[in-house]
Amino acid sequence: MAGINATQLVKEYPGGVRGVDEVDVQIHDGEFFALLGPSGCGKTTLLRSIAGLEAITAGSLVIGDRDVTNAEPGARGVAMVFQDYALFPHMDVGDNIAYPLRIKHVGRDERRATAEKVADGLSLQGLIERRPGQLSGGQQQRVALARAVATRPDVLLLDEPLSNLDARLRLEARTFLKELQRDLGVTTVFVTHDQAEALALADRIAVMKAGKLQQIGTPREVFQRPNNTFVAGFIGSNPMNLVETTVTGGGISIGETSVPVPAGTEGLVRDGQTVIWGIRPEYLRWVSSEEPGAIPAEVSVVENLGASVLIAVNASGHKFQVVVPEDHEPAPGDRGWLVPQAAKTLLFDAESTQRIG
Amino acid sequence: MTTSTTTPAGSAIAPRRRRADDVAGLGTVRAGIFVAPALILIGIFLLFPAVWTIWLGMTDYRLTGLQAASPEFVGLDNYVEALTDPSFWNSLWLTLIFVLFSGIIGQTLIGFGLAWSVRNIDGWTKGLIEGLVLAAWVIPASVASFLWLVLLDRRSGTINGLLGTEGTAWLIDHPMQSIIIFNIWVGTAFSMQLFSSALNAVPPSQIESAKMVGATGWQQLRDVIVPNIKGHILTNTLLITLWTFNTFTPYLVTAGGPNGKTEILSVYIYETAIPGGQLGLGAAISLIMLLINLVIALAYVRVSKGRKKR
Repeated sequence: MAGINATQLVKEYPGGVRGVDEVDVQIHDGEFFALLGPSGCGKTTLLRSIAGLEAITAGSLVIGDRDVTNAEPGARGVAMVFQDYALFPHMDVGDNIAYPLRIKHVGRDERRATAEKVADGLSLQGLIERRPGQLSGGQQQRVALARAVATRPDVLLLDEPLSNLDARLRLEARTFLKELQRDLGVTTVFVTHDQAEALALADRIAVMKAGKLQQIGTPREVFQRPNNTFVAGFIGSNPMNLVETTVTGGGISIGETSVPVPAGTEGLVRDGQTVIWGIRPEYLRWVSSEEPGAIPAEVSVVENLGASVLIAVNASGHKFQVVVPEDHEPAPGDRGWLVPQAAKTLLFDAESTQRIG
Repeated sequence: MTTSTTTPAGSAIAPRRRRADDVAGLGTVRAGIFVAPALILIGIFLLFPAVWTIWLGMTDYRLTGLQAASPEFVGLDNYVEALTDPSFWNSLWLTLIFVLFSGIIGQTLIGFGLAWSVRNIDGWTKGLIEGLVLAAWVIPASVASFLWLVLLDRRSGTINGLLGTEGTAWLIDHPMQSIIIFNIWVGTAFSMQLFSSALNAVPPSQIESAKMVGATGWQQLRDVIVPNIKGHILTNTLLITLWTFNTFTPYLVTAGGPNGKTEILSVYIYETAIPGGQLGLGAAISLIMLLINLVIALAYVRVSKGRKKR
């Protein structure tokens, strides 16, 4: 077991493109850690750098108490599960799982015994003599996991672990992964572009964009207090409403309405300053009669989400998305008012896009 | 609504012609007409010569003399003569050595080695190496053999100049080695290209999985690369074996000499049939050669089928 400590990590490709740009990240021992970001943000490159599959251009990487910046992939105590599982099609499940042991010159009988034990732990009983091609996607993934944990690695790396499974299986595998990680207690880093997956699985999340780290925090932290507008827009199943406006008379003006500044930002903004006001669609209430502090608006689009309805509204030239309970579904063209939950609003600097307060 | 009545009426007026139930919907006769020209050409240029060779092999047909005018049927005499002639067995032995060293070992291994080493090179270096190797393959055999005659020349040869071995007569002192290297030089490009594309098809994540558990380059080759490209290796070996077995080009370099030391089977047949004038005997040996080809091909099909079953 070991923590991971990356300092000023840089991965530069020929031509000067930086896949990973001066990233500092500390991953604690036994932590389930997510690298989250849109495609091309460098999250997979960072994972591969930790694995040793990409040569690090600058900075240092420490796993446990060992500097492994220049160590070979096989000498880092790290195991990795690839997005396509990378099972060897010509070996049966048992040989696949025991492959790391074969490289370590463990005898055949002991290899087989270990493979069976690990396979049992991952509910792969009776499949030990099958070939990967004869297994379902979920089973293949568990074989890949079994191969990775068979040697009891210090660190487990998972590249998009759920993306090759169909939607229903994904939920099942998610729970399974979380249980497995907790049972093994192994430091685990996984890459995902799906914020819901990261929120559901991880102890802590690192959000990345264009090779740079945007924020590290618990799922609750990155959801409730995003560092900047990028994280605010990326996290959450419905992106946060971000409205550029000005501070007037100590409040935020949305058209004619003045909304109080979020708690903790009083005194940090001055009148006339351009800011970005953020509120999640879930924290806006849609009412049909005027209330104090409510923003008048008109419904333009209605999208059904099942138990709730997502409506897009126009409010004095600003666009908002609002989640409405299914029983109060409005129709396009309806007029009403938006009531923000004051405690859930955020303020960002319009220029730096960083959170204020 | 009127649509419900027009539909059956319309189909009654113009009953659809029954489509033949083969893929193209042509029917046997029309399909046959389409294929006929190709079949006729194949018949004239492939089938007829083959049958003609079988017939020739059972006559005492000669290039000149009495038997050229009226060859006589001699049954299996030619086969008996060929199979009891030590020079036939010597030629077959030379052919096996030639196939083994220049084809299976030389072209396959060097081709794979080249493909393996240029795999991670990018840009003009890779293009240059591939271009050079391909050039050897593309150059007409007659040009290539003349090139090698110049290279290996005793007095002013390039090889002697480079190695400082003036006066060495490679084609006389080391004739078999010379044509083996010549054939490797000519044919390696094919293996290299085939293995290049095969290596590209190996999933990188499998190689990286092996790397992650600390597999050495050799172990990656053994556990990941070779199992993944087994089919390609088999196909390549078959083609190289057959091509090398049947090639006539070495004749252009050594003419089977000196003293029959490079008289591989194709050259032996030529020497028997044309300069030797024994067309009947030559045809018989040709047929034996064809049978050996068939055995090689069948063995390959066997192995490849067994592989797929597993």
